[in-house]
Amino acid sequence: MSKKQMIAIDGNEATASVAYRVSEVIAIYPITPSSNMGEFSDEWAAKGKPNIWGSTPHVIEMQSEGGAAGAVHGALQAGALCTTFTASQGLLLMIPNMYKIAGELTSTVFHIAARAIAAQGLSIYGDHQDVMACRQTGWAMLSSGSVQEAHDMAAIAHAATLKTRVPFLHFFDGFRTSHEVNKIEPLSDDDLRAMIDMELVHAHRARAMTPDRPILRGTAQNPDVYFQGRETVNKFYLATPALVQETMDKFAQLTGRQYHLFDYAGHPEAERVIVLMGSGGETAEETARFLAERGEKVGVVRVRLFRPFDINAFVAALPASVQAIAALDRTKEPGSAGEPLYQDVVNAVFESGRTNIKVVGGRYGLSSKEFTPAMVKTIFDELAKPQPKNHFTVGIKDDVTHTSLEVDPSFSIEYPDTVRCVFIGLGADGTVGANKNSIKIIGEETDNYAQGYFVYDSKKSGTLTQSHLRFGPKPIRAPYLIANNTANFVACHQFSFLERYDVLKFAQPGGVFLLNSIYDKDEVWEHLPIEVQQAIIDKKLKFYNINAYDVAQKTGMGSRVNTIMQTCFFAISGVLPREQAIAEIKHSIEKTYGKRGEAVVKKNFEAVDQTLENLHEIVVPEKATSQYRMRPRVPEAAPEFVKKTLAPMIAMEGEEVPVSAMPVDGTFPTGTTKWEKRNIALEIPVWEPDLCIQCGKCVFVCPHAVIRHKVYDKALLANAPETFKHTESKFKEFPGMAYTVQVAPEDCTGCTLCVEACPVKDKTQAGRRAINMAPQPPLRESEARNWDFFLSLPEVDRTAINPNTIKNSQLLEPLFEFSGACAGCGETPYVKLVSQLFGDRALIANATGCSSIYGGNLPTTPWTFNRDGRGPTWNNSLFEDNAEFGLGMRLSLDKQAEYAHFLLKSMSAELGTLVDELIHADQSTEAGIKAQRERVAALKAKLAGKTDPKSRDLLAVADALVKKSVWIMGGDGWAYDIGYGGLDHVLASGRNVNILVLDTEVYSNTGGQASKATPMGAVAKFAMSGKGIGKKDLGLIAMSYGYVYVARVAMGYNDQQTLRAFLEAEAYDGPSLIIAYSHCIAHGIDMAKGLEQQKLAVQSGHWTLYRYNPALIAQGQNPLTIDSKEPSIPLEQYIYNETRYRMLVQADESRAETLLKQAQEDVKKRWEYYKQMAAMHYGNGHGNGND
Amino acid sequence: MTDLTTRYLGLTLKNPILASASPLTKKLDTAKKLDEAGVGAIVMYSLFEEQIIQESLELDHYLTRGTESFAEAQTYLPDTGLYTMGPGKYLDHLTAVKKSVSVPVIGSLNGVSAGGWTRYARYMQDAGADAIELNLYYLATDPNLPGQELEEAQIELVANVKASVSIPVSVKLSPFITSIPNFAKRLVEAGADGLVLFNRFYQPDFDLDNLEVQHTLVLSTSEELRLPLRWVSILYGRIQADLALTTGVHTAADVLKSMMAGAQVVMIASEILKNGYNRIPDLLANMTAWMEEHEYHSIQQMQGSMSQKAVREPAAFERANYMRVLGSFRDLP
Repeated sequence: MSKKQMIAIDGNEATASVAYRVSEVIAIYPITPSSNMGEFSDEWAAKGKPNIWGSTPHVIEMQSEGGAAGAVHGALQAGALCTTFTASQGLLLMIPNMYKIAGELTSTVFHIAARAIAAQGLSIYGDHQDVMACRQTGWAMLSSGSVQEAHDMAAIAHAATLKTRVPFLHFFDGFRTSHEVNKIEPLSDDDLRAMIDMELVHAHRARAMTPDRPILRGTAQNPDVYFQGRETVNKFYLATPALVQETMDKFAQLTGRQYHLFDYAGHPEAERVIVLMGSGGETAEETARFLAERGEKVGVVRVRLFRPFDINAFVAALPASVQAIAALDRTKEPGSAGEPLYQDVVNAVFESGRTNIKVVGGRYGLSSKEFTPAMVKTIFDELAKPQPKNHFTVGIKDDVTHTSLEVDPSFSIEYPDTVRCVFIGLGADGTVGANKNSIKIIGEETDNYAQGYFVYDSKKSGTLTQSHLRFGPKPIRAPYLIANNTANFVACHQFSFLERYDVLKFAQPGGVFLLNSIYDKDEVWEHLPIEVQQAIIDKKLKFYNINAYDVAQKTGMGSRVNTIMQTCFFAISGVLPREQAIAEIKHSIEKTYGKRGEAVVKKNFEAVDQTLENLHEIVVPEKATSQYRMRPRVPEAAPEFVKKTLAPMIAMEGEEVPVSAMPVDGTFPTGTTKWEKRNIALEIPVWEPDLCIQCGKCVFVCPHAVIRHKVYDKALLANAPETFKHTESKFKEFPGMAYTVQVAPEDCTGCTLCVEACPVKDKTQAGRRAINMAPQPPLRESEARNWDFFLSLPEVDRTAINPNTIKNSQLLEPLFEFSGACAGCGETPYVKLVSQLFGDRALIANATGCSSIYGGNLPTTPWTFNRDGRGPTWNNSLFEDNAEFGLGMRLSLDKQAEYAHFLLKSMSAELGTLVDELIHADQSTEAGIKAQRERVAALKAKLAGKTDPKSRDLLAVADALVKKSVWIMGGDGWAYDIGYGGLDHVLASGRNVNILVLDTEVYSNTGGQASKATPMGAVAKFAMSGKGIGKKDLGLIAMSYGYVYVARVAMGYNDQQTLRAFLEAEAYDGPSLIIAYSHCIAHGIDMAKGLEQQKLAVQSGHWTLYRYNPALIAQGQNPLTIDSKEPSIPLEQYIYNETRYRMLVQADESRAETLLKQAQEDVKKRWEYYKQMAAMHYGNGHGNGND
Repeated sequence: MTDLTTRYLGLTLKNPILASASPLTKKLDTAKKLDEAGVGAIVMYSLFEEQIIQESLELDHYLTRGTESFAEAQTYLPDTGLYTMGPGKYLDHLTAVKKSVSVPVIGSLNGVSAGGWTRYARYMQDAGADAIELNLYYLATDPNLPGQELEEAQIELVANVKASVSIPVSVKLSPFITSIPNFAKRLVEAGADGLVLFNRFYQPDFDLDNLEVQHTLVLSTSEELRLPLRWVSILYGRIQADLALTTGVHTAADVLKSMMAGAQVVMIASEILKNGYNRIPDLLANMTAWMEEHEYHSIQQMQGSMSQKAVREPAAFERANYMRVLGSFRDLP
């Protein structure tokens, strides 16, 4: 038999490669961690890759997973072979259709990268909560535990669904399997053809709806027959397990890989058995084998076909000797008698009469929580006890209800001949990409098996990545991270991480430590923190140093040290002979980058060639003598909650947080980013007081709220640090006061948007502005002191600020600061503006997406509060329901205010004039709001201590008497697509809510998939060949109601118009919609030029600015004001600054030309249309036209 | 019948008006229009190696930036792998133009690396170019870089290109050379078959309102003819290479003057960009009319007739100062 071809790919690709080849219609929608399966399908279809019948599947992106399921349902009914991919909330949205598809006995497979469900908090990571929510739908459920299995089971599922007529849910663990790269044996088209029975395909098509043989499905059935109808399917479900086994047997004949409905592994006379499914099965099986070889009578049953659950097959898989079973569920069903698999096992044991077996249930691995051999061993040990704990948890410390088992983390089953490597990289440096590449080289070019798994940060800038690589002569079945003290090789690609994280905890004694530092071989040692020096000495590590930044700079690689560090890894590890390794690296560089042009390949080659001469082994001294220490996790002044709960997460040690340290209901304090000093900027802005005109534009555009200005009493300068800068205030409202622009040096990302926005030019040096960038390290300490002093200065009284000008509005304290958004983010300046203008009385409903991630992802969150303790209160419900969620808040506030009024009126005798003042208060200004707050305080004082029901009730709702501002915000994926129905309804409701759409024209958070906001001609995922249709005009749709305030803004073109729109929207007593142009990393632009691109977008007519204020209609005026000038530059001058458009020119110039021409015509038409709308006469007034 | 034919780089051309390297050749249909309008040959827009490199690096930068650092978005743009990077697009276009027009097509090249120049020149030859114009320019800003060093490098480069192709090679020069005739002579010794005088650079302007440097394209005018006219006149007959005059050719008179100075061809772009393709037949008709009126039977007859060597007062070309123009005199025997 010839040697089998092996490839190294991840679970998503392994699955999609099968699903795509056996499908005709694929409906997709992005959701982590399954998005890549749709992306692969879209890419293959765009390139014309055929399925096994020689035809290219139709791949269509839908507006939601609900839409995808509907489209699949329809396509199935019309006879196509269909599939889709999803996870988590997406799968939940498919459930209604899943009942229908199953009820109609329709063959299809949905592939699920199983993921946690948003409950007390959202999680993108893997567990079985989503698929377990589908176990009642009537779908067969097939589980995979590894990349190879995901590939294989995908084929088995597609074959079996045709055989059984039962639809299949094929699932594997999100991230752990979907994103793990492993070496697998791929299935050929011939293998797939052999698996798919064409007679069954024909039968599937024959059941389709066609007017040539009309049928009717989807009837409404009455009590007389619905029940009977429901029972008709039983025989299909009864037959399914045997047919699946038959399919598995056929698969085994073809490939040699035999699966069973339940696979047993371990001691043949096992007494203690663990039952589980998914990737944990790999760990449990390997551990059971390890223990069995050492005489322990333990074993594992891996569930492949979870539904229909075949009791007989399950029991048959159990050795007769079994005395105790632990059924493990990677899910949580609060309030249940036990999790699903546990209940099935209990039931199976009972029904089969094996009642001598003790069954306990346990939960593990929620949200990709590690599940390790040590935990498996702990469970086996627990089963050996006379009364093993039931309903236990493993992998966490539950110090509240004490469910958790105590694990000895030192237990390991790692093969001695497996090499384990951990790489700590900076997000931007390409470490993960290089490691994926190394896996491919090792897996595909040597006889070694190889595995790679990658852990990411929750921030989007300055992030840390971990790559866990294993390779060796035996297949790698270890779906868990490389444990502490077990890595042969640890590399740290970013020197500054050494002062923040315990990188060397992974290293095993005698291992290798490779460091990328800015220091040469003679000086690096003395710059290491003393803890790192000590660890190197204690663990007797071989220590290598390279200044990869220098090599990268010299070879044109910029900040990407990936190929340099990869070369070091191969050179030190010796996994391949050096020359061969370098040849392989170069070969893969050509493969990866060749299509991008020779220059790209050349610079990478040069980087590889210059690496080895710069790599040095460092002689390790006997004693640690460093003057530097690792930094504390958070500053000493941090609140207790931050220290106890958030600090471990910040330090990459979140696993140590016990249950008791977590809030019970997902409620977290705001204002925590300030405690996470990330120091990610290489350069920060420096203010020049003499040049500054105090316009506040830098403060306005700063995406991270790290540059602020203040006016204050000069007397306060007495205590200022020596380097604190100040000048005379130029505010006419604040004469004689001091003025300062201050930067937060440790929170700045160095994006330079402030410099770009500065309108000042030095008369003696035109390139110099009132804000200029300078290296951060020398400024860090002094500016940090200045920042603290600046914060200690009193905030300007809100009632004294006229918010209508940029410079004044920017005196308002931002209550959204230091988010983890991309450096130079185009969304966050708008979000921050909301927090400044209305934050102290704002409720925020945030759709899932970028803004919910940088707004609410642990460990620290940017929404914060002022000195009175007031600030935005924030929540994220779902992706699809955000508008409704916010409307609900409004309804509640209105109801409470109404009830408070009712109570006030009923208590007017005892409360006197206060009642009238409270009810009829003018709250249209800050002064009015302040006065109302004082009245409420007076009311509360009067009610304090009263015990009558009315007083107590009024006290509870009194705060509702102060005007609140509801902001519903999210991206275009939400507003234009998945949440559009709800958004439309909320707009139509007429209620006083403010909707902010941060329009990046793609699904940014999931990696840039096209939405209906994506413009014509732009290349995006799911629109690989350039979007062929124009952007939906959401604003125009909203205007059609006539009573919705609508504004389109782009602060880079006109910041004043942006400010005005936000103020008007909030002031409008009805629904408001602001659509904000948000430049984005997914546009492929220099983010420092984001504001310039906004300007060009407006000047080209792509993004005409306007405000539609229905309040003007009552005054007989046209509500629409166009705030930008007639398009003055060709569209191409704007779009071809962006990679998303240029890519199409490079790929298909003639299509690019056609789409550009059409888009240019659309610009003209749209402009004419708006102009006419703005010119219409209302009542006795005049049209506004173009100002 | 007035004979407008001329010979340039070994090619016989039906008339001496060539379309110079400009955006007019970027599209096949505009290239065809030039042909239909009656140009004698077409010089393609320049293939800039620097631009190719820049585009590659830029695409790579934006495809990789921010990738593999955030769990939900491991990339932000789809890597289609379907890019026409490198010289392929230019070369395909050159081939297409060559196939679609009736006149010779000259490729234009600006390289940055030694290997790039020779390789791309060969590619152009293979793509069907009848000749290659090397767009030699280097804007020296380093005070430590001697002009001689630059000239030597450029001469070596011409020799290398010449050695790597069999089609004729012309060189487009900068006017900012201390000794143009010497440099021209050395270029010809290195193998240049023709010289194109001169390269006209975009000159930056200032925006006083915004204190920014502006890059706006300003089309040439007839006044700019004088600089190349002088140098063609001086070089004619002194070096063994064809001469092409470019910059400032807008009227039939400009063409005629250029021919008389000694150019084999003129190259125009601004005039067409400003006034359309019909200017070509207009110029040709006006030239013919003038020639008929003044009884010239061929272009070749007038070529070089007012070169420095051929005029009564050769010193006129050497005057560089207004005062001396007024004060010229000579001794009588």
